[in-house]
Amino acid sequence: MATLGDLERSVMDVLWDRDAALSANDLRDALSAQLAATTVLTVLSRLENKGFVTRDRDSRPHLYRAATTRADHMAELMHEVLGTAPDREAVLARFVGQVAPGEAAALRRLLDGK
Amino acid sequence: MLLTSFALAALAIALAWPVPILLARASWPDRAPGTALVIWQSIALAGGLSMIGAMLTFGLVPFGDNLVAGLHRFGLSLANATLPPGAMFLQMFALSGAVLLSIHLLLSLVTTFVRTERLRRRHRALVTLLSNPMPSQPGTRLIEHAAPVAYCLPGTTRSVTVLSAGLVSLLDDAQLRAVIAHERAHALQRHHLVLLSFRAWRGALPWFPIATRAQGAVALLVEMLADDHARREVTDATLGQSIALVASTAGDGATTAGDGELPAGFDPLDPLAAAGPTATRRIARLSAGSRGLSAPARALAFAFAAGLLAIPTVLLVWPALV
Repeated sequence: MATLGDLERSVMDVLWDRDAALSANDLRDALSAQLAATTVLTVLSRLENKGFVTRDRDSRPHLYRAATTRADHMAELMHEVLGTAPDREAVLARFVGQVAPGEAAALRRLLDGK
Repeated sequence: MLLTSFALAALAIALAWPVPILLARASWPDRAPGTALVIWQSIALAGGLSMIGAMLTFGLVPFGDNLVAGLHRFGLSLANATLPPGAMFLQMFALSGAVLLSIHLLLSLVTTFVRTERLRRRHRALVTLLSNPMPSQPGTRLIEHAAPVAYCLPGTTRSVTVLSAGLVSLLDDAQLRAVIAHERAHALQRHHLVLLSFRAWRGALPWFPIATRAQGAVALLVEMLADDHARREVTDATLGQSIALVASTAGDGATTAGDGELPAGFDPLDPLAAAGPTATRRIARLSAGSRGLSAPARALAFAFAAGLLAIPTVLLVWPALV
């Protein structure tokens, strides 16, 4: 059973891969799962609310397009993970967080010595 | 009441400076991170309570002999808009200070919570789109990125462990199990709530270096607690290797930092950076074996934590009861 999150991901994958403005019907055809048109529209409006998708309301039917590339979103995600996002406090604790100056080199020597 | 106020002020000063410095420098917390975490929390709570209590009792001196009588007469005075004879401006400043500091600390907690929730929701949405669930590990997702990272994304109902492709290719199966067990412990033990309150404390008092120090110390203790949880599932050596491998890749990337240079992504303002070479410390305590504190030492530490909270409470409430 696919969750809403899974559906959002597959819709974004199609939009990112095609890199074009698509209608809800185009998207439904491109998705491997058999989905109702209303489901696709629900997923699209959720993605629009979250700012991942822009909608062209002047065209009939409405056309949807990815707001930015997958690479841009990945960069945003990794900035947050690595705590390098400007004016954002780090809210995630990594397995190994800040490594002190010289510490990485010292640990590399330790690992090589074994 | 004036004596109570001085006693509370003395306690507030002790908890703002010498006590946290001593605790941050001590080496025993590496052996008993859970106990040390309890003490840090009681220092923060008792420190806030005695600071606010000192100002409150000082300001209420002209109104009564104890907290309850003083608050009662203060309420009556406020309703009549008349000050009792002998009331001084300094006491009114102290009362305002107590009220403002209480509001400031509470607001800081609320705003930190709201901001964190908003950042996490956005982050969760990104992770949903950019990662795939790992079929072999329930509750675990994989992001396609070369930097070896692992972290726990706390959620209200279900927390997710996120691993990067770089991490999976760096570590072998046992080492990966160590990382996942470590991250699960963060979620199980609700570490994000402790970290949140210390971040709020630091946000409320940014000019106060001890708050930064406390946040760094607490962040490290929480990692050690998660390490101890992971040690139940993997050997100490395996866990130590995972930490060493991931830490040794820090600074890899576009520019490789040499010795003395700051590694890429190193933020000297990060509280954990203030805690020093944390990865090395975590590995050292693993190879030292699992020698915990003795039972009497642990009991002493818990008694200390309870005492820290009891002293300001008793000082504030006791005079009204006798």
